[in-house]
Amino acid sequence: MTKRLWTPSPSPSRVGIPLGRRSFLKASAGAAGLAIGGGLLAACGDDDETTEASSGSADGGLVLGSASGDLTIGSNYSNELPQMGLQAAVDAIPNGDINSMINEVDHNTFQENITTYLQNPDDVVPWFAGFRMQFFAEQGLLGDITDVWEAGLNDGLGEGFKTASTGLDGQQYFVPWTYYIWGVYYRPSVFEENGYEVPSNQDELMSLAEAMQSDGLVPFAFANDGFWPAMGTFDQINFRLNGYQFHVDLMAGRESWTDERVRNTFQTYADLLPIHQENPNGRTWEEAAAAVVNGEAGMMTIGTFIGSQFPDGDVSDLDFFTFPELNPEFGTETVEAPIDGWMMAADPANEGAAKEMLYHFGTATAQEAYLAEDPSVVAPSTEVDTALYNPLQAKVLEAVASAPTVTQFLDRDTSPEFASNVAGPRIADFLADPSQLDSILEDMQSQAEVILGG
Amino acid sequence: MVGIPTLVHVGLVWVPTLASIFLSFTDWNGIRFSDMNWVGILNYEQIVTVFERDFFQAVINNLVLLLFLFIGPTALGMLIAYLLDKELRGSRVYQSVFYTPVVLSLAVVGFIWQSVMYSTEHGLGTEIFGGGEAVNWLGDQSFLIAFSENYGISRNFVAILVAIAWRHTGYIMVLYLAGLKSVDASLKESASLDGANEWQSFRLVIFPTLKPINVVVAVITVIEALRAFDIIFVLNTPRRTQVLSILTTNNLLGEGGGNVGRGSAYAVILFLLCLGFVVWYVTNHYRESEYQ
Repeated sequence: MTKRLWTPSPSPSRVGIPLGRRSFLKASAGAAGLAIGGGLLAACGDDDETTEASSGSADGGLVLGSASGDLTIGSNYSNELPQMGLQAAVDAIPNGDINSMINEVDHNTFQENITTYLQNPDDVVPWFAGFRMQFFAEQGLLGDITDVWEAGLNDGLGEGFKTASTGLDGQQYFVPWTYYIWGVYYRPSVFEENGYEVPSNQDELMSLAEAMQSDGLVPFAFANDGFWPAMGTFDQINFRLNGYQFHVDLMAGRESWTDERVRNTFQTYADLLPIHQENPNGRTWEEAAAAVVNGEAGMMTIGTFIGSQFPDGDVSDLDFFTFPELNPEFGTETVEAPIDGWMMAADPANEGAAKEMLYHFGTATAQEAYLAEDPSVVAPSTEVDTALYNPLQAKVLEAVASAPTVTQFLDRDTSPEFASNVAGPRIADFLADPSQLDSILEDMQSQAEVILGG
Repeated sequence: MVGIPTLVHVGLVWVPTLASIFLSFTDWNGIRFSDMNWVGILNYEQIVTVFERDFFQAVINNLVLLLFLFIGPTALGMLIAYLLDKELRGSRVYQSVFYTPVVLSLAVVGFIWQSVMYSTEHGLGTEIFGGGEAVNWLGDQSFLIAFSENYGISRNFVAILVAIAWRHTGYIMVLYLAGLKSVDASLKESASLDGANEWQSFRLVIFPTLKPINVVVAVITVIEALRAFDIIFVLNTPRRTQVLSILTTNNLLGEGGGNVGRGSAYAVILFLLCLGFVVWYVTNHYRESEYQ
């Protein structure tokens, strides 16, 4: 190959966790990485943020409260609850001189048109942390908002979140807003009724699955329509077996898909398929979630958003456990918790107002206003009042805060092109016929080399 | 007066076409022109060596769709039209029934079949043909007809073909119905007086007079087969059901998009395929006109 087709891929190891491959010692110090703030649970009711807000930054950076005029905010929060939550959060900005206008676009449409959109964007733009933010920052499509962070966001957001918001050039381009966690979700009432225990390793998982099968339950509800849901299970097995660093390096194209460790991941995946619903490729995740909700299936590897499939969004009978240990060397130290947030256009019409809004989005005031409408996610600010959380949210918070390493998701940790055009379809091929694994992996590797420039 | 339409045509059709051909030889990511590099035929090379499985399967699917539309819906549409032309009782009702799907876009047809017929557990198709078992209509990518280990006609693609036929048959029916109405009744009469049976009279007398309609149907079928996109796209492109337009779109737009070079290369290949049919049609058409 003579030329790279794709811009050299930014490394996901810089996403959240400054884990250098060569210096493991240094890395393990930083591996607190996305340990999303130790004080996450402890801190509440701290008023730092308001004092910071009025005083602004001392070194002539961002002066909060000084902006005025019209501000456009792009939105992909197209479902009813998120939409109301965003409006409430925007309305809660202390500076009344900013006249905000939210331009809403359907969630999927926004995602599909992001490249075009960013060439003529709103002032404030919603997007994902990490690799996918860094890609656009590197293209010069995003505005540097380091001064917003310097104005005091650090006080309410842990170091891990700052790293996840940092571009490859060391400047900040992102303000974290909400996150959720991937895990194994189940209904506690079903577990209680049948006397099931939460499994902590593969053997316990298999015997739990056996018990469920003899009780007439499918152990795992399983779907793969759209080719992303099965990536979740792949990620879990992969970092449980091979560790966080291997996940990061594989996604970045520094490890090969034909590596024995990837083969082991797929082998374990294949071993677990008999305890999953058959034919996932033709099923939507909503259909699979329904099997959990109506008690046909015992559990499902999915994100916290499964709560939206419960009647009236009532999640009182929903709980999760992190994917059980598969390899004692890595235990259950890694969790997958995708972060959503906000960025600024490279050339906003009203830069002052945009930065104030971004600062506001990083504070507990805005995040609490949002959570009041949409309780399916957790806020990154340590100053958010945890008393507002339902037990499920509190558990998400705890699981992420106590994990030494946090990944985003397969399609957020690598080039979106590789994820959606190669990894998704190939994992679907594997699920349809696991015996094709060798040729699938060879294909994935040769395509990864083209796309990731490996 | 011809100048302005020509200008519009060149500006809206030929300039983008030539631009696509140019872009297919670059590695542009769709953001800044300054990032564009000339890579020669690299994109085409990678399509047939690295991405070959998806690519060749897409070409096969496009051609299978073309062949299928000619054989299935065209023959069926013609038969229905012939029968309805006989002024059966209630023939208008039948016409409406068969024609109704045609007013729906293929994307809507996709949604309808996905939820009503092809829902794995609760679809009508599952209830009728499943014998109590769930049927994985759109997720089963195994080959119904395998050409080799990696290529063939997959079961889920056949399911999509059936949904396409549901709509396309009505379209063809209406075209032939209009054609049959214009066939001079005295032709049929004299054929039967000469002792021709039904099949002979259709094949030797009526069908030849339908020639103009046949040409229209052929053109429509080729266009439909090559531009196929919407129904597959709205079904999230189940594995092995992709066509060339899907590969183009996946590389240009969407989450995996921004890959203008390779996306354009797929588009150029589709363009060449279309061009092949256009050339074939034009040469045939004019040759026949000369004979007349």
